[in-house]
Amino acid sequence: MKSKILPLQLQDLQYRVGDLDLLGPINLTLEAKSKTLVIGPNGAGKSLMLKLCHGLLKPTSGRISWMGGDSLAADRHQSFVFQHPIMLRRTALENVAYPLKIRGLPSDERKARAIEVLELTGIAHLADRPALKLSGGEKQKLSLARSWVTRPEVLFLDEPTANLDPRSTYDMEKLIDQIHQTGTKIIMTTHDMAQVRRIADELCFIHQGKLIEHGPVETVLEMPKNPMTAAFVKGELLI
Amino acid sequence: MKQVSDGIGQAFSLIFSLDPGLLNIILLSLWVSGVAIIVASAIALPLGTVLARSRFPGRSSIIILLNALMGFPPVVVGLIVYLIFSRNGPLGVLDLLFTPTAMIIAQILLALPIVASVTRQTIAMLWETNRELLISVGANRLQQNATLLWEARFALSTAILVGFGRIIGEVGAVMIVGGNIDNLTRVLTTAIALETRKGNIGLAIGLGIILIIIAILINATVYFLTNLEEAKE
Repeated sequence: MKSKILPLQLQDLQYRVGDLDLLGPINLTLEAKSKTLVIGPNGAGKSLMLKLCHGLLKPTSGRISWMGGDSLAADRHQSFVFQHPIMLRRTALENVAYPLKIRGLPSDERKARAIEVLELTGIAHLADRPALKLSGGEKQKLSLARSWVTRPEVLFLDEPTANLDPRSTYDMEKLIDQIHQTGTKIIMTTHDMAQVRRIADELCFIHQGKLIEHGPVETVLEMPKNPMTAAFVKGELLI
Repeated sequence: MKQVSDGIGQAFSLIFSLDPGLLNIILLSLWVSGVAIIVASAIALPLGTVLARSRFPGRSSIIILLNALMGFPPVVVGLIVYLIFSRNGPLGVLDLLFTPTAMIIAQILLALPIVASVTRQTIAMLWETNRELLISVGANRLQQNATLLWEARFALSTAILVGFGRIIGEVGAVMIVGGNIDNLTRVLTTAIALETRKGNIGLAIGLGIILIIIAILINATVYFLTNLEEAKE
């Protein structure tokens, strides 16, 4: 797949609320293909960074550019999986078809693609169930299916397994890998170091709103340049 | 007591013989309140949505006015409509006083605040819950609002039924603006008031039974909708 929107470039990206510097300034370039994991303690600004990149929040200053420009079409090539799945009050199938409806696809095509993705996700048997009645793990798989249905080039995931049991976490990780293999760039936050070792190609370590370290996973884990990164990857508590 | 039991007997014979006078009154009631609730909803749903989603000068005043109107005594709403449409009133030239149209207008004013307030509150709440998803999938404002209204469908249907219940069972406003004219503006509630005063207890009870049946049907529907909603969560 030829890249339509990547690389993603953050230039002096900053997010401030009142006098509080919540994030930045961050300078970072994320290339296509790899699985980038954003790690750091709670409140470090991981989710904030993802939401800024995806356009859910407007930066106070700095620039987010896709493929060197402010491409307006960029948001059609990305989707987002939230930490707490947001389900619409309709069936699982209708939830998955919803982004396609917004994009104006005809209803038979919406349905066919939604069924296909539900099958790939392994939850086709839930198609006609009301989404709000599903279990936590099922809801999260459903929201992954809903993000996948648009065949995004970039998939953001904000701690997608934080509230899941090991079985569901395993399923989710397998699905994320499967989506990645179709050529989708994964940008995901986590604070689970074991998950980092299972998934990541590339790591960003964020602490107190600052990007402390960025590099291939082996380098960051084995030879961290910053003592804070070293402490965090060893599992020490950063307070 | 005999008067009551005679009345009930007479009432049933009137209902089952489909007495044309009675039928007229029932149909007019359903027509006036039906049109009123449709028009009120057609205004209140978009109005409530705009109030929930937009900030503009005068927004707070509209919300306060709607909340106040919800608690207004219907008879006062009737008086206001009467003054507006009376000969010397601002819209007196339209010559609408003592017509079903005037009654529909009064009932719209009674139902609209209920539906609009519930819409505003529900949509504001649902926007908070679904905001990130709706932005993320790239929905434009119109699509966002359509989705939110559909998400709110159970709460809104209930509000509309409550509004209908309020106006079909209301007597003060329609009496003032409609005048309770036989075959023209006489509806269930005003007929009950009149027939009771005239001593036609049978007819009054018959009309009362019809009104109660309508009220029960509305409540049953609300109950059913609420249960359906809970079953879906």
